[in-house]
Amino acid sequence: MLTYMFRRLAVGLAMLLALSVLVFILLRLAPGDPVAAYINPSAPLSPQALAELRARLGLDQPLPVQYLAWLRAALSGNFGYSIQRGGVPVLPLVLGRVGPTALLMGTGLVIATVAGIATGIVSAVRRNSSLDVALSAVASLGISSPAFLTALLGLYLFAVKFHVAPAGGMLTPGVPFSLTDLLAHLILPACLLSLGYAAMIMRYMRSSLLEVLNQDYVRTARAKGVREVWVILKHATRNALLPVITLIGSTIGVAVGGAIFLESVFNWPGMGLLLVDAVSSRDYPVIMCATLITGAGVILVNLLTDLLYAVIDPRIQVSK
Amino acid sequence: MKDAVLDISGLTTTFTIGGRAIPAVQDLDLAIAAGETVALVGESGSGKSVTSLSIMGLLPRRVGQVAAGSIRLRCKSGQTTSLTGLDPESLRRLRGNDVAMVFQEPMTSLNPVFTVGEQIAEPIRIHLGKSHRSAAADAVRLLGEVGIPDPERRAKQYPHELSGGMRQRVTIAMALACDPQLLIADEPTTALDVTIQAQILTLMAKLQAERSMAVLFITHNLGVVAEIADRVAVMYAGRIVETGPVQDVFDHPRHPYTKGLLRSVPKLGEAAQLKAQGRDLPTIAGNVPSLRHLPPGCAFANRCELATESCRAAVPVLEEVSSGRHARCIRWREV
Ligand SMILES: Nc1ncnc2c1ncn2[C@@H]1O[C@H](COP(=O)(O)OP(=O)(O)O)[C@@H](O)[C@H]1O
Ligand SMILES: [Mg+2]
Repeated sequence: MLTYMFRRLAVGLAMLLALSVLVFILLRLAPGDPVAAYINPSAPLSPQALAELRARLGLDQPLPVQYLAWLRAALSGNFGYSIQRGGVPVLPLVLGRVGPTALLMGTGLVIATVAGIATGIVSAVRRNSSLDVALSAVASLGISSPAFLTALLGLYLFAVKFHVAPAGGMLTPGVPFSLTDLLAHLILPACLLSLGYAAMIMRYMRSSLLEVLNQDYVRTARAKGVREVWVILKHATRNALLPVITLIGSTIGVAVGGAIFLESVFNWPGMGLLLVDAVSSRDYPVIMCATLITGAGVILVNLLTDLLYAVIDPRIQVSK
Repeated sequence: MKDAVLDISGLTTTFTIGGRAIPAVQDLDLAIAAGETVALVGESGSGKSVTSLSIMGLLPRRVGQVAAGSIRLRCKSGQTTSLTGLDPESLRRLRGNDVAMVFQEPMTSLNPVFTVGEQIAEPIRIHLGKSHRSAAADAVRLLGEVGIPDPERRAKQYPHELSGGMRQRVTIAMALACDPQLLIADEPTTALDVTIQAQILTLMAKLQAERSMAVLFITHNLGVVAEIADRVAVMYAGRIVETGPVQDVFDHPRHPYTKGLLRSVPKLGEAAQLKAQGRDLPTIAGNVPSLRHLPPGCAFANRCELATESCRAAVPVLEEVSSGRHARCIRWREV
C-alpha cells in the first residue's frame, strides 16, 4: 500500500515536470510579449531600454537556459515575481487562490456526484418509463450545452431576472464575513458547474447499474429474499459505483476547465480568474505556477479516487 | 402425491416476445416429498431453469409469466401455500426461507464486494430476525457444515479469494442458512471440475439426509442423476416426457428421447473402443425444435425412429406406464 502510494506520487511528480516543460514551451510559442505590460503606450521605450528590460527579466536567454533557471528557482520554492502585478511573489499569490477554487469545485463536485448518482439509480430502476426518458433528455441537454451558455443563462435567470442570487464575487464587499453570505454567493456558480458533470455521472451510473442488475449475484440476492430496495441500494449500487468513481476521478481535469470559465463569469476570486488575468497579460511566472498547482491538485484527487476505489472494491489490491 | 413439499400441477410458463406468448414450460406436473431428490434432466433450452424460476417467482419481470397451473409449497409452518397466487412481498418472505436456490455459476453468483460471511448471514437476519452478531456466528457454523476448513477466517474473505469449489460450498451454505423445506439446485456442479463435482454431490446428499429437505436437482448430466436422485423427470422442449424412479427409467426407458439420451452417454472405455472401430459416439440425430415453431404433435417426432402419422397429429398425454412411471409417448410399449 505504502509503496504503491510512493510510486504514484513519483509518477505524479514526473507528470508535473513534464507539464512544466510543456507549458513553458507553449507560452513562448504563443504570440504576445510580456514586456508589453511594462510599456506605457503614451511614452514608448527606446529599443535600448526594451533590451535592458528583457535582459533583467531573463527573456534574452535561449529557451532551455530560461527553463533551467526557472526550474532551479522553483525547486527551491521561488516561483518568481509577477510581471504584471509589480513584482509580487507568485507563490503566495497563487496559493491564496487555492481555497476559493477548491471550495467552488468541491461543492460543484459534491452536488454533481449526489445528483448524478441518485438520478442515475432512479433512471435505471425505472428504465424506459416516462421519468427515465425525461431524465435522460435533461442529461443529454446538460452534456451537450456548452458551459458558457449555461453559465451566462444561469447568471441571467437567477441573478439578473429573479434576483435570487448575487451576480458575482465570493463575499459581499464591506460586510463582515458570514457563512450565509458565502453560501449565497457559492450556490449558483456551484450548481452551474455541476450541471454538465451531473449529467455525465447520471448517464454513466444508469448504464452501469443496468448492467449490474443483470448479474447473477443480483439474482442470488433476490433468491435470498432480500427486499427489492436493498437489492438495488446495497447489492447492485455498490458494484455499479466502481466505474463511476473512476470516471469522476479521471475527468476531474475537465471540471477544472469549467471552473476556470465560471470563475471569470462570476468574478470568483479563484485560480481560474487569476489564470485568465495572467494569460491576457502574458504574466509567465503566474501562469507557470498556477498551472502547476492546479495540475498537482488534479493528480492528488486522482490518487484519492484510486484509493477510494480500492476501499470499495476488495478485488483491488493496491499493494500489488 | 400426499405429503409433498412441492406440488406443481399443470404449470405453463410463457415469455412474451414481440407481442407473442411463447411457452417455455408447458403442462408440467411435478411433486417432491420431504427427504426426496428429484432430478430434472434435459438438453439446454428444454425449460429446466424456467421451471425453477417459476417456483422462486424470479421470472424476468414483464417478460416471463406463469400462464397456467399451480405451484404449492408446504412451508415450515406446516401450512401449504399456493405460490402462484401470492403477492410479491409474501413470496419474498418465502424465498431464502422456505425455498432456497443454488445456481450454476459459483464464479458470478456471489457478490464480489461483500465477504462470504456477510452474504450467508444476510438471509438469517432477514428471515429469522437474528442480530448481526448471532447471524455472523451462524454463518461461520454453516461454513464448517459445508466442509470449508478454517471457517472463522474464510467468513471474512471475499469471493475472489476462494476457489470455484469453495464458492459453490458457500452458495450452498447460503441456501441452507434458514433451513429451507425445498432446495432447488440448478446445475450446481456443471461449472466445476469433475473431482470437485463429486465432492459437491456427496456434500449435498449428506446435507439433505441431515435435514430431510426436498431437493429439486436440475442437470443435463445423466451420470449425476444416477448418483444423487431418487426420481427423475426428463424434459424435452418445455414438456416432461418421462418420469419415474431413477433405476427403472435408466434400465427401461419408456420414451425414445430418454433412450437416446442414455445411449449417448459414453460408458467408461466405450469411447476409446468406438474410436478404435472408427465409429462415432451414438447421438440423437436432428435438433430440438424452436419453441416459437413447435409442431402440433409430439415435439420429438422429427428426431424419432418410431414416429408415425398419429405422433404428429396431437401432443401425446403423459401416460402411466407402470406404478409411479409416466411417459409421453403413444408407442412406449415398443421403445
Ligand atoms: N429471459 C428470457 N427471455 C425470453 N425467453 C427465455 C428467457 N429465458 C428463457 N427463455 C426461453 O425458455 C427456454 C428454456 O430456457 P431454460 O429454462 O433456461 O433452459 P434450460 O433447460 O437450459 O435451463 C429457452 O430456450 C428460451 O427460449
Ligand atoms: Mg438452465
